[in-house]
Amino acid sequence: MALDQSFVGRSYPPSVVYEVGREKIREFAEAIGDDDPVYLHPAAARAAGHPDVIAPPTFAIVVTMHAQGALLHDPELGLDYSKVVHREQSFQHHRPITAGDRLVSTVYVDGIRSAAGNDILDTRSEVATEDGEPVVTARATLVARGTAARSTAARGTAERGTA
Amino acid sequence: MTARRFDEVAVGDELPPLSVTVGRADLVRYAGASGDFNPIHWNERFAREVGLPDVIAHGMLTMALGGRLVTSWAGDPGAVAEYGVRFTHPLVVPDGGPGALLELSGKVAALLDGNTVRVDITASCDGRKVLGRATAVVRLA
Repeated sequence: MALDQSFVGRSYPPSVVYEVGREKIREFAEAIGDDDPVYLHPAAARAAGHPDVIAPPTFAIVVTMHAQGALLHDPELGLDYSKVVHREQSFQHHRPITAGDRLVSTVYVDGIRSAAGNDILDTRSEVATEDGEPVVTARATLVARGTAARSTAARGTAERGTA
Repeated sequence: MTARRFDEVAVGDELPPLSVTVGRADLVRYAGASGDFNPIHWNERFAREVGLPDVIAHGMLTMALGGRLVTSWAGDPGAVAEYGVRFTHPLVVPDGGPGALLELSGKVAALLDGNTVRVDITASCDGRKVLGRATAVVRLA
């Protein structure tokens, strides 16, 4: 079943606070094989002008994934998550995510469309400190494979998404 | 690390390439670090059931490795103002052996206002691009 277009423009209440920890940043940096000292050592981060260790540019996905759950599992939207693949992702950093940050994410539905039998959902997560300072804007395009009504004309132009 | 200076950079400059071998253990480690436990990234049976050739890497891991290419060149991970990618093909990670070899390269595509530059990134495995439209905007010193 195709997704309900009336969800475009909808937002979900801000997530619970995500507190960014030094050891979580270290764990993430190690998982991507990056030993840049500004991720690992507060003294090196301060020498580079940061108040504490900062997170790699894609760390925001850890913060936004929790908030996106409200949207992805909204029974009213009816997205079949087992068929969802991640097609596009972008981050706009207003400043680096830094250890000690207390972040909240608000998720918006920016677009819903169908193509070749797939539902395509554009989402945006605005990540800010709990005091309202903007930190990251994260955009994700998700594709639910084969969930939209398929038109004959669209057949053969399969949408791709792999993650 | 020293932050790269804007006035030392020109359009067409190539970033030092990066080759990363991604094995199953790397996917398990990334799953834990990121909180993305989708079984297509660690369970071969499940991956095949949903039509994939084998276990595939997290797109976000591939994206993170592209980020490494850029931050190590920029000399300051805090300099990445924008970073976006499209996931075009899966990075298939076989069981056994060393894993999948991901080859990353990049070049300066444009000089922008405010000491920023746009970098275009290429990520491929066995000659096939796994990321499309991969670009970063980096604020240099």
